[in-house]
Amino acid sequence: MSSKNDSEVPGKPKRGVSRRGFIRGAGIGSGVLGAGILDKKALAAPAAEGRAVGPGAVPITLKINGKPQTLNLEPRVTLLDALRNHLELTGAKRVCDRATCGACTVILNGKSVYSCTVLAIDAQGKDIQTIEGISSGKPHPVSEAFVNNDGQQCGYCTPGFVMAAKAFLDHNPNPTYEEVKEGLCGNLCRCGTYVGVRQAVLEAAKEMKGGNHA
Amino acid sequence: MPDYSWPPMDQRRVIGKPTKRRDGLEKSTGRAKYSSDLKPPGMLFGALLASPHAHARITSIDTSEAEHMEGVTAVHVMTGAGKEVQWEGAEIATVAAVSEELANDAVRKIKVQYEVLPHLVHEDDLAKAGNRAKAAGEQVTGDPDKAFQEADAVSEGTYGIPVITHCCLESHGNIVQFAGDHVNLWPSTQYVSGIGGDLGKSLEVPAANVHVEMQYIGGGFGSKFAADSWGVEAALLSKASGGKPVKMFLDRATELKIAGNRPSAFANIKVAAKKDGTITAWQSISWATGGMGGGGMPPIPYVFTEIPNKRLNHTAVAVNAGGARAWRAPNHPQASFLTCSALEDLAAKLRMDPVELFSKNLSYTAREATYKAQLQKAAEMMEWQKRWHPRGEGHGPVKQGLGLGINTWGGGGHASQCRTTINPDGSVVLEIGTQDLGTGTRTVIAIVAAETLGLPLGAITLRIGDSDYPPDGASGGSTTVGGVSPSTLKSTTNARAKLFAAVAPALGTTPDQLTAVDGRIQVKGDPSKSLPWQDACRKLGTTKISEMGENNPRNPGGLMSSGVGGVGMADVSVDTETGIVKMNKFVAVQDCGLIINPKLAESQIHGAVIMSTCAALFQERIMDEQSGKYLNADMEFDKLAGIADIGEIVVHLDITPENDKRGVIGLGEPPVIGVVAAIGNAVANAIGVRVPRVPLTADRVLAALDGGRA
Repeated sequence: MSSKNDSEVPGKPKRGVSRRGFIRGAGIGSGVLGAGILDKKALAAPAAEGRAVGPGAVPITLKINGKPQTLNLEPRVTLLDALRNHLELTGAKRVCDRATCGACTVILNGKSVYSCTVLAIDAQGKDIQTIEGISSGKPHPVSEAFVNNDGQQCGYCTPGFVMAAKAFLDHNPNPTYEEVKEGLCGNLCRCGTYVGVRQAVLEAAKEMKGGNHA
Repeated sequence: MPDYSWPPMDQRRVIGKPTKRRDGLEKSTGRAKYSSDLKPPGMLFGALLASPHAHARITSIDTSEAEHMEGVTAVHVMTGAGKEVQWEGAEIATVAAVSEELANDAVRKIKVQYEVLPHLVHEDDLAKAGNRAKAAGEQVTGDPDKAFQEADAVSEGTYGIPVITHCCLESHGNIVQFAGDHVNLWPSTQYVSGIGGDLGKSLEVPAANVHVEMQYIGGGFGSKFAADSWGVEAALLSKASGGKPVKMFLDRATELKIAGNRPSAFANIKVAAKKDGTITAWQSISWATGGMGGGGMPPIPYVFTEIPNKRLNHTAVAVNAGGARAWRAPNHPQASFLTCSALEDLAAKLRMDPVELFSKNLSYTAREATYKAQLQKAAEMMEWQKRWHPRGEGHGPVKQGLGLGINTWGGGGHASQCRTTINPDGSVVLEIGTQDLGTGTRTVIAIVAAETLGLPLGAITLRIGDSDYPPDGASGGSTTVGGVSPSTLKSTTNARAKLFAAVAPALGTTPDQLTAVDGRIQVKGDPSKSLPWQDACRKLGTTKISEMGENNPRNPGGLMSSGVGGVGMADVSVDTETGIVKMNKFVAVQDCGLIINPKLAESQIHGAVIMSTCAALFQERIMDEQSGKYLNADMEFDKLAGIADIGEIVVHLDITPENDKRGVIGLGEPPVIGVVAAIGNAVANAIGVRVPRVPLTADRVLAALDGGRA
C-alpha cells in the first residue's frame, strides 16, 4: 500500500520534461490546464470558473496549518515556493524540483503531495499541513522517532520524510516492515539514512496508536 | 601541563555510550535553518545563465533587455564574447532581481550567440580519445614479464566504473551581502573557518571583513570547500544592487553539471598467480576522466600494494564535462572496485573461494592481521562458509551470490581550536568554528565536554558554524571527529583546571586532588567533600574562565591517530530473466580507533553502504555523444537508491582496548569504499559471469549473461 502511487502524485514527470515545466511554458492557460492535469478532483477556484488569471500577481488564499493566509502571487508560483519564499515556512525543501525526491512533501487534504509540483493557486480551498504545523507544540511522535532511531544525517530530506511518514501512518496505522518500505518509496535520502527511517516509522506507529495527534 | 588523555574505557560516563543526535529534533521538526532557508532583510534572488553547449565560443552576448526589466537590479557577464566554454552548464552570466521568478525570466532574456566547437564527452573507449588522452608513463616493479610467463594461472578482465555526481540534497549555493568593504556570507560549505578567506581573496576584501555563518548543511560529500563562482557572483550582484543580500543556489540540473563529480575509472587488468592462489604479478592499463582536467590514477593494486611484480600504465582523458571534486574517499572506491573485481575473477579461474584467495595474499597489505581477523569476522556474520558456492551454481531463474570488497583510509584529525567558557553562574559555552555535515560533530563535541566537566549533555551550550569562533579545519578526509575531539578535550581540561584552582581552598585541598563528576566538584575518593557545580562556579566571583585547546595534527599526543582497514561482504539476488539485482544483505566490518558515539558511528557506516549501493546498482552520468549534453542531469534518471532498494545492513565496529589506545580516528569515508566491489563480486558469483561495468543495471546484467552481446 503506497501513500503516493502515481495517480495520486501530481505531475509525476515523464521522459525528462516535468509537467510543471510544460505548464509554465503553456503560460496563461496554465490555471485550467494545470488543474486538469494536477488533480482531477479539486479544481482551483479561479480556474474552475473559466476565467483566465495572470500572468501578473493575483490574490491567493491558502489554508496553511489551519490558518488562512492571503498572498499576492503570480499563478505560476508553486506551493513550495509560496511556502518558502513568501511565508518563510522553510521546512519543506527544494531538492529535485520536479516531483522525484519528496523533500518538499506536505499534506494536502490528508494526502502527501510534492509541493514543488502543485501550483499555489491550485492549493486554494484545501487543507495544507506542513512540518511546522505538526511541530508547533510538542514534537510529533514521528519527529521524535526519527531522532530515537537516527533516521537522519544532514537532515535536508528529513522534514519531507516526516510528513510522508505521518500521512502514511494516518492511512495505515499498523504497517508491516515491508509496507513501510513500499509506503515511503516516494522520498529519497542522499546520506543513506533508510535503516533508521524504517525503524523510526515502525516505532512511531507503535507510539501513535490510540494517541490523538495533529 | 594538565594531563590530556582519554579517560580509561571502563571509567567513561558519556564517551562510548550510544547517544542521540544533538540537533536531531531541530532537523526532524523542520526548525533547523540551512543557508538555503534564510531570508535576510531586503534579500534579492540571483539566477545563472549556463551554457547549453559542451564546447563553444561565444560570438556575442546582449544583456540589454534583461537589464531593463523592472525589478532586475543587476546583470553580470562572466564569460563574454570571444571566450570559450568547455562544458555544458558552464557559467555565462548572472542576474539579481526582486523575485526568483523574475530572476529566471531575466536570464531567459539574455541573448547569446555561440559558435559550436567539437567536443568529446565519452572516455570509456580509450582508442577514441585521440589527443585528449594523456599517458602518465609506465611504472614497473620487479619483473612482471617473467612472472606472467612462469604463472600457473593468469586472469584477465576489463572493468569500468563511471562518473557519478555527489547530488547533495541542498544544492551548491549561498547568500552573500557585499556592502561597502564588508561581506556577509551564508554558505553551504564544509569549511566555515576557511571559506571566508577564499571569497575575500577573489573580491580583494581582507578576510577580517568577511563574516561567515552556517548552522546546517544539506550534504557535501567532498564537493563543498571553496567559495566557488556562485559565491563571487552573488557578492558582485549584491554590490551592484546597493549592498542588498543576494541568494544564489544552483538549480538541480546545473548543480549536477558543474558542482563536482567523482572521476570514472576503467582498466584492463591481468593478474598472475600460483596454483595455491599466491599472486605473483599485476598488470594494468587504466584510464579515467574527471572533466577537462583528465582523471587521476586510482591507487591500484588497491590494499595489496606489495605484489612483487607490477606494470602500471595510466592515461588521463580530458572530456567536455564539468570537473571532478573530492568525493567521499577520493579514488578509493574506484581502486577497490578494480582490484577486488580482478582478484575475484582470479579466484574464480582458480576455482578458489575468494575469501581464501584474499586471505592468502594479505602479506602484500599494510595490515595483515587486521584484514585476516576482519575477513573471518565478516565471513562469520555472513555465514559465508555455509552459503558461498562456486560461480554460477544455483537453481531457478533467481540466483543468489556472495561477494567481498576491502577498504583502507587515513582519518587523522585536522587542526582544530576550541574555546571553553565557564561563567560564574555555572553556565558553560563551547565555541568551535567547525561544521556538522550530519556526521554528528555537534554531538561529539558535547559528549567530550560533558565527560571532562562531569556535566549532563544538556548543560553544555555549543556554538559552531561561525567564522568568529576559534578556527577548525575543513570537514574532508574524515578528519573532523579526530580534530574536534582532542581540541574539545584539551580546552575543557584547561577550563576545568582553572575551576579546580578557584574551588580548592573552599574544599580545604589542592587543585590536583579535585575531580568533576555527576555535576559536582569533589575531592577524589571522598564524595562527602564536594560542591555542586553551580556553587563551585560561584567561587569565580565576577570573572569567567575562558580557556583554549588545540589539536595539533603533527603532535596529537595520543588523542587521535590515522589509518584503518575494513572488509565488506554483500549478498545479492539476480533475476536472470529480468536482469534485476537486489541487495539482500551487507555486512560491514570496520577497524576504528576510540569511538566517541557508537550510535552515530554506526549511522555513518549505514550511510556509506547505502551511498555506495547507489553507485553499484543505479548511479551514472550519461552523456550524449551527438550533443555533448548530460542527458540525465536530474534525480529521476540519475538514480539514487530508494528505501525499498536497500536490504539488511549489519555493522561490526572493532571496538577493542587495543584499537581504543590509538585515539580517535575518523570513519566517514572508509566504509564507503569496498561496497561497489563487494556487490559487483556478489553478482558475478550469482550469475557465473562478470558484469564488467557498473552500475549493474538490468541491461548490463542481461548482456553479460548473453556472453557480452548487448
